[in-house]
Amino acid sequence: MAKTIDQHFDNLRGTRVWRSIFRSGTGSSPLKRALAIQQNVFLHLFSTKVRTRMLSFSATWYLGTLTLGTFLILVATGIPLMFYYHPSVPQAYADTKDLQFVVSSGLFLRNLHRWSAHAMVFLVFAHMFKVFYRGAYRAPREFNWVIGVILLLMTLLLSYTGYLLPWDQLAYWAITVGSNIASAVPVMGEKIHFLLLGGNAVNANALLRFYVLHCMILPLAAMFFVAIHFWRIRKDGGLYSHASEPATVRARTDTGAPLPKEGQ
Amino acid sequence: MADSKDFIAGVDSNAKKSPRRIVFITRRTSAQVKAETEDQIQTFPEVLFRAAVAVMTLAVVLVWIALIFNAPLEGLADPSHTPNPAKAPWYFLGLQEMLHYFPPVVAGVLVPGLVVMALIVIPYFKVNIEADGLFLKDRQRRLRIFYVVASALSLFLLLFKVYAALVPTLIMAGVMLLAAQSSPQSTSAFRRYLAGRPLSYWVMTWFLFELVVLTAIGTFFRGPGWAFVWPWQGS
Repeated sequence: MAKTIDQHFDNLRGTRVWRSIFRSGTGSSPLKRALAIQQNVFLHLFSTKVRTRMLSFSATWYLGTLTLGTFLILVATGIPLMFYYHPSVPQAYADTKDLQFVVSSGLFLRNLHRWSAHAMVFLVFAHMFKVFYRGAYRAPREFNWVIGVILLLMTLLLSYTGYLLPWDQLAYWAITVGSNIASAVPVMGEKIHFLLLGGNAVNANALLRFYVLHCMILPLAAMFFVAIHFWRIRKDGGLYSHASEPATVRARTDTGAPLPKEGQ
Repeated sequence: MADSKDFIAGVDSNAKKSPRRIVFITRRTSAQVKAETEDQIQTFPEVLFRAAVAVMTLAVVLVWIALIFNAPLEGLADPSHTPNPAKAPWYFLGLQEMLHYFPPVVAGVLVPGLVVMALIVIPYFKVNIEADGLFLKDRQRRLRIFYVVASALSLFLLLFKVYAALVPTLIMAGVMLLAAQSSPQSTSAFRRYLAGRPLSYWVMTWFLFELVVLTAIGTFFRGPGWAFVWPWQGS
């Protein structure tokens, strides 16, 4: 009798090679499923179980998940875009034109990258307001909210640095307008402006700086904070739901009394 | 009763002899319930599957958008030719709109700096922990404070002719007044909802309202010389 796909997959999961990579092995018992999360370096950021009520769409609108989704799409489209791009003046503009008209699917890649970037900025804001209105920033999740604010700023910086890269009129003047604001900082303004652009105006140095920030430093920093952000969800007691808080904590947050200290 | 023990431990409470352990719960104290049991679901595969579906749906939507709409690309950057108006990316247009009214050190440094500071301190601010309706407790005093703050803010915005921020402020003040006139016993569900909103809700909603209005005006209603235009007039 022919084996089903499931059986083939089960056999695969039972092989020595598979077991050497994914230690959880075959089977779908609660233990194995928990191990699949716990013994995976990426997935262990998450808890092995989630409150069922948090799965409903209305609880989170999946905004955090979707924000991660846009980030993944941006990485996936950003890397091939880098293959066709030189961060120099005026080659950057010519490369962008080539992406539009010469490179196979270049136009699609650039479109998807740009619209996903806008979507990510929007989703980050939406995620923040949703978390606020649910009260999910409350103790013990204060610091994860702060990491979220850092990630919001990083998203804006990522989008802003990417805005310059096509080196067209739109990019050039948007960055000029934006970076001039840095000059308004008291005392340090001109220095910050110079440091940001590598010159007194947006020029080839600024393009190179923005390129390095956009393609390397900011994505790495964002991944670092995203990892902490996810890990903290587990460490802070899972996705927040007021109704799921222990009765004592709930009573205290309702009356505004201070929370019990650790170990009391 | 004060001195007498609420329980007597048996002489035989030796773990080696009788391994059964018994919890003594006195009449004065009770065991603290730390967490209530609640339905839980396994992350693998249930939650990851849903997350994957959500991300794939998003990807499909974005791919369709990318297939239909082309990303803008204008002429080669030319430092000697300033477009009018020169606009920042859309998420900064609220700030650029503020720059139109206030000096750069206020609109470009002070306001965003304060906003970020405010966002960071939100969870550490005890006023947010209370989830009571703003006007339900201590009503007269809170109404007085509300009148002072709302009129000071409105006057300030009026003085600098920031009508774009003044109108949302006045609308919010109106809604808050309606909330002050409502109570949990109100007949309309909307007013019951308003009555239960805490201070943090009002501050954040005002901020969200201003953010949306200023960004929308900067994006759609500003033309050459940052003059007001209708979106369909082009720029």
